[in-house]
Amino acid sequence: MIEFKNIRKSFGDKVVLDGVSHVMETGKTNLIIGTSGSGKTVLQKCLVGLFEPDEGEIIYDGVSFTDMTEDDRKILRQQIGMLFQGSALFDSMTVEENVKFPLNMFTSDSHSKKMARVNEVLERVNLVGSNKKFPAEISGGMKKRVGIARAIVLNPKFLFCDEPNSGLDPQTSMVIDKLIKELTVEYNITTVINTHDMNSVMEIGDNILYMVKGKKEWSGNSQEIIFSDNKQLNEFIFASEFLQDAKSMRMMEAKGHESREEILKPQK
Amino acid sequence: MNFFTHFGRYLLMLKGMIGKPENAKVYWKEFMHQCSDIGIGSLGIVSIISLFMGAVSTVQTAYQLVSPLISKSTIAQIVRDTVILEFAPTLVCIVLAGVVGSKIASELGNMRVSEQIDALEIMGINTKTYLIMPKIAAAMITIPMMVVLAMVLGIYGGRLAGSASNILSNDTFDKGLMENFMPYNVTFSLIKAYTFAFIISSIPAYFGYYVKGGSLEIGRSSTKSVVVSCIMILLADYALAALLL
Repeated sequence: MIEFKNIRKSFGDKVVLDGVSHVMETGKTNLIIGTSGSGKTVLQKCLVGLFEPDEGEIIYDGVSFTDMTEDDRKILRQQIGMLFQGSALFDSMTVEENVKFPLNMFTSDSHSKKMARVNEVLERVNLVGSNKKFPAEISGGMKKRVGIARAIVLNPKFLFCDEPNSGLDPQTSMVIDKLIKELTVEYNITTVINTHDMNSVMEIGDNILYMVKGKKEWSGNSQEIIFSDNKQLNEFIFASEFLQDAKSMRMMEAKGHESREEILKPQK
Repeated sequence: MNFFTHFGRYLLMLKGMIGKPENAKVYWKEFMHQCSDIGIGSLGIVSIISLFMGAVSTVQTAYQLVSPLISKSTIAQIVRDTVILEFAPTLVCIVLAGVVGSKIASELGNMRVSEQIDALEIMGINTKTYLIMPKIAAAMITIPMMVVLAMVLGIYGGRLAGSASNILSNDTFDKGLMENFMPYNVTFSLIKAYTFAFIISSIPAYFGYYVKGGSLEIGRSSTKSVVVSCIMILLADYALAALLL
């Protein structure tokens, strides 16, 4: 579980985070959503320690991250995996070497044991046979999967994903979402996802934090979003007519009316 | 950002890079990789430059020494001392500032922009120790070696040019090489080589590590790092000459 209280962060005169508090739950996919410039990425970077908040406290499983020494943070970070927006794979290394890198750095296991673990995680993310390819030789979706494999290779307790679906087609996005959700439940990890993708919000949003101008505007799960009367949230999530229709359908379904399948059934 | 901010951050970077490696084996591998990149990768250009600077020095010294009272072997002495004292350390290091410096700055800059450095940080790795220290250590080992090689090749190039242009025979050149030789000159040249090696690895590392923005900024910081490194080499060259000669 990750809890953060009253996080404030400014860059010069610009206040980016203005007293954000929330709890990210274990075994759930916790989503941070909001428009561009709402402070999602800065919040996530504060949570992993890439930025120091000006004020506030971050607590990982009951231990204050804010008060930790740099050495203690290093130890904690070995329990953190992160998937970056651009995947951040080491371009001079093959897929296999990328995934093996954390094992080389932090374990003294034999080569065969490390390779067994590498193959296990690559198989888990459906990347069998790509071991010897370089990042430049694989697609965007594959890069994301390598990023996920590298993030989970040390069995982390916390997984952070920054825009995991950016630049991916809807079908690949769904595969990535499904994979993240499955891994979260399978390894019982606390997953924090920064996203703009409304499909992700509706499909894997167990615990959603909606931010506006550096402040927490709303929180809840994907079911609660449908019935929320928060105007800003509704405008943000159901921005298009198509999404509004989808919302109506979900509402009807939730209220016990016809199921989506029945509504979408071709009329005779 | 003013000079003092840059300088302070540069010192903090150097301080931050001194730390215990997370895994000595991985660091050793990275160090060897850098030695190969910086050392072997620059061997060709250093050899060519050294041979030609020696050759040109012989021809130009002979052109200026027209007095019949000065023996031909003096040409070899002048070539030897200029190559050892100035050409081998300074000229070679200025060239290496371009070759090695731009490579270090753009490599680190690209890693910063593509969030690879952030990825390493999140894994719990001290990125300054892992990415910068092996580069500086490799430069401190390989660049003085290349300067020694440049001394040998420079003098050899001078000897070749001397005989090829009928300026002086190989025997006269060899005789001149051994006249009034001061071993301290080699020591002084190596002190310069170590100083310049530190400059051409640490300054580009600073510019690359702290780059902000996109690919355009990587190019800019790479150019800036080469310019600053060259200026610092020339300043250090003068300071060392004034202090140690």
